[in-house]
Amino acid sequence: MVAKLKGQYGSGIREASTYLGQNYMVVEPSIIVELLQILRDREQFDYCVDVTALHYPQREKQFDVIWILYSFPRNERIRVKTMIADGETVPSSVTVWPAANWLEREVYDMFGIRFDGHPNLKRILLPDGWKGHPLRKDYGIIQQDQEWVQINLGIESGQ
Amino acid sequence: MLDYIKSYLSSDVTPGAAGNLFWAFVYILLIFLGLSVAVIAMNWLERKILAHMQVRLGPMRVGPHGLLQPIADAIKLLIKEDIMPAEADPFVFWVAPIVVVITTFTVFIVVPFGPTHAVTDMNIGVLFMLGVSSLSVLGIVMAGWASNSHYPLMGALRSSAQMVSYEIAMALAVVSAVLMTSLNREGTGTLSMIGIVQAQQVQQTWFVFKFFPLGLIAFFIFAVAMIAETNRAPFDLPEAESELTAGFHTEYSGFRWSLFFLAEYSAMIAVSSIAVTLWLGGWLRPFPHWLRGEPSDLVFSLFPGLTFLFLAAMAFYSTARMPKHPYFRVQTIGLAGFGAVLALVGLILFVRPVRDRIQDIYWFSTKVAFSMYMYIWYRGTFPRYRFDQLMKVGWKVLLPMGIGVLILTAFVGVLL
Amino acid sequence: MPDRTTTDPTTYLSHLELGEPDKTFLDSNELIINMGPQHPATHGVLRVILKLDGEKVLGTECVIGYLHRGVEKIAEHRTYAMFNPYVDRMDYVAAVSNGLGYCEAVEKLLNVEAPPRARYIRVILTELNRLASHMLWLGTHALDIGAITPLFYTFRDREEILKIFEKYCGARLTTHAFRIGGCLYETYEGFEGEVKKFLDFVTPKIDEYEELLTTNRIWVERTRGVGVISEKDCIALGVTGPVLRASGVKWDLRKAQPYAAYAEFDFEIPIGQNGDTYDRYLVRMQEMRQSLRIIGQAVERIPEGPIMAKVPKVIKPPVGEIYHSIEAPKGELGYFIVSDGSTQPYRVRVRPPSFVNLQALDIMVRGQLVADVIAVIGTLDIVLGEVDR
Repeated sequence: MVAKLKGQYGSGIREASTYLGQNYMVVEPSIIVELLQILRDREQFDYCVDVTALHYPQREKQFDVIWILYSFPRNERIRVKTMIADGETVPSSVTVWPAANWLEREVYDMFGIRFDGHPNLKRILLPDGWKGHPLRKDYGIIQQDQEWVQINLGIESGQ
Repeated sequence: MLDYIKSYLSSDVTPGAAGNLFWAFVYILLIFLGLSVAVIAMNWLERKILAHMQVRLGPMRVGPHGLLQPIADAIKLLIKEDIMPAEADPFVFWVAPIVVVITTFTVFIVVPFGPTHAVTDMNIGVLFMLGVSSLSVLGIVMAGWASNSHYPLMGALRSSAQMVSYEIAMALAVVSAVLMTSLNREGTGTLSMIGIVQAQQVQQTWFVFKFFPLGLIAFFIFAVAMIAETNRAPFDLPEAESELTAGFHTEYSGFRWSLFFLAEYSAMIAVSSIAVTLWLGGWLRPFPHWLRGEPSDLVFSLFPGLTFLFLAAMAFYSTARMPKHPYFRVQTIGLAGFGAVLALVGLILFVRPVRDRIQDIYWFSTKVAFSMYMYIWYRGTFPRYRFDQLMKVGWKVLLPMGIGVLILTAFVGVLL
Repeated sequence: MPDRTTTDPTTYLSHLELGEPDKTFLDSNELIINMGPQHPATHGVLRVILKLDGEKVLGTECVIGYLHRGVEKIAEHRTYAMFNPYVDRMDYVAAVSNGLGYCEAVEKLLNVEAPPRARYIRVILTELNRLASHMLWLGTHALDIGAITPLFYTFRDREEILKIFEKYCGARLTTHAFRIGGCLYETYEGFEGEVKKFLDFVTPKIDEYEELLTTNRIWVERTRGVGVISEKDCIALGVTGPVLRASGVKWDLRKAQPYAAYAEFDFEIPIGQNGDTYDRYLVRMQEMRQSLRIIGQAVERIPEGPIMAKVPKVIKPPVGEIYHSIEAPKGELGYFIVSDGSTQPYRVRVRPPSFVNLQALDIMVRGQLVADVIAVIGTLDIVLGEVDR
């Protein structure tokens, strides 16, 4: 499968390997939606388990965006990763899997990664006016949007 | 004075019919008092019975076995802050519970607790009852609208739609019962509530058994419609807790809310007494004709006293089972006292003149109590209907059934 | 049953355009109702904005996050063992399942395996927990639909399960029953006997629930054909668990990718055909019986031996990442753990079944009535602690 995809995309797929029996591949952000579409239609990865992200502040391309896919017919999982820098956008996979709708919103909420073409990209778990994206490594564990807390809750601090 | 009372006791018409304003007033007061006590008792009984159906104990803390719980609740409701939403229409918001309470209480004017125990014997009693009881929907719509909030509004709309549509099925069932009164040899029908019971006495059958199964079906239609009319489970959509939080009285609290509560339970008692009057022989004791004669008369007349003695025995039994801790001493004494009062009432009810006068009321209340028990049972058993299903049941099942029963009753009555 | 995601892809993506609340709402045809966050039937603090035409639902929008505690952030500041109790607080009615998923994920990352006895204990407790979770679901779902009595019956029987938990690990709800590498506690004296007694006790009780509801006319009318979701829609929306199985997909992680000791037991995956609320009810009822079967087998065959694998005192997994998922009572519960070689996880991502399943609410209720929204929220079996984390 990987060879076939590599043949098609060449350098778009940077890496494809297995760790602890779990397959993953790292791809360029530009081909991600196309690749996911192909994985869904041709390779039968019909179920998008999860969309999530990782933050490596010391890297140049700070974020890993990860799609975890599962195939019902093949009973297999695969992780598709792409790396982007802060401020870059990723094309949205909502058109491939509607399941990605809220999952991408959560990634946006937590990491501030914008998904291009998402129909309703706004915060999902945190309040709409919140400042900051808490799962970034530079966001402290007891950090809060004090301004929001003071305005909306009418208390000095939430701590 | 005593002579005056005695002269009244020997009369055989209702005070309203006799034009005796004083006695009518006394009766109204008695009914009001009795109803309030009945609602309080219902409150406790419903919680207790439902709790025991659901493997729990229900109120146990306030008084022995939670007997004083309704009183505690009433005090709590009365001293609660009176909240009126800022956006509400104050006058309508204020008047809505009163409308509901007044209409439900007014129905009791024509309810006969005995051949002479009614405020008045109206010759259009049934019509009056139907007309007045349908007015309460006005109060509910007012409450929902005046709250100026979504949930109450939806509750009120549901309620009005439901009550209006079930009223038709209800009326058809009532008409078939009325029709039965006229199907005797004299051919004299009546709309008077007392007249209907007397017709059952004359025809020697409760209407629920008349033209079997026509009477039964009519009774069934009425029984279903009356649950829908009073917004109780499984037709409690207007106050469907899980959907509309509390329906039309979501914004009400404290005393105003307790008026709705009072009205709901009085309405339940009212429609139950109408069902009892129309189909279950009103104040007539069971088997008045099969078990005729002095000995069975005597046996049946002992029932009221025996009931109270039984309740007293239960109270004493519970007293004996109370924990022997000093903490419970007051409760134990209270429960024993309650049992003693019940026993005393029971003994008084054995006295001849009293038991002769009280019998009618006793049988009437027993039948109503049975109906109330069914209400609680339904609530413990059934899930709630959805609104469109409710309408379907009302219009597509009960209404054709009612029409069919009505026509068949007319045919059968003429042919027999 | 139309596949709405494929025939009309726009339907699942549309959302409400909420302007200013209409002051004179009596004049407009469309009504916007705010259901929750404080509402008797939203199972916690879910807020659903409903757009209604009369009683008909034109669209919904879920507003969640009221219970957000930042579990994933906390994980980055705790050691692997310290984070273990936190996962119990997500799906608090199925805390044992959460713990199992987390422990197994970390074990996989460490490349250790729990000993057989520990795995059997895990299966027994997890299945008991599934039973408890389904019982709680049944009670509250029935309560939403208006049957108040089953709630008390199910809670009475759930109590017995909680008693077993309490005797085993001292906690009833958030149990923290398992440790990375196995179990900390050996089973108490008479554990097997008590579990067997419980099985005998609960089988007739499940019959009792079914007697109350399965053939109840009102129940059937309220649930059949309500909240229908097709197989394709389910997969497209990532819906898992009993909801997916009720739509006809015979997929259960316990069979598909067995974990713990599930490969050694004989049980079936109940499925439905119509994907409506009634089928989901039946599937869950069957699942409860299958759980009893698994527990029965596990108690019979539980092996002797150690209960803890050799795990270093300080857990320092090698650099790498792992995704491990289990079949929680609500669906696929996944843990994606990234290790940077230190004692604290670099990132723990929880794939919550409730969160993903809740997305299907909109497609399931559109065009139905308000009362059905309640039924569907109930049948999705969401726990807000898990949705919001």
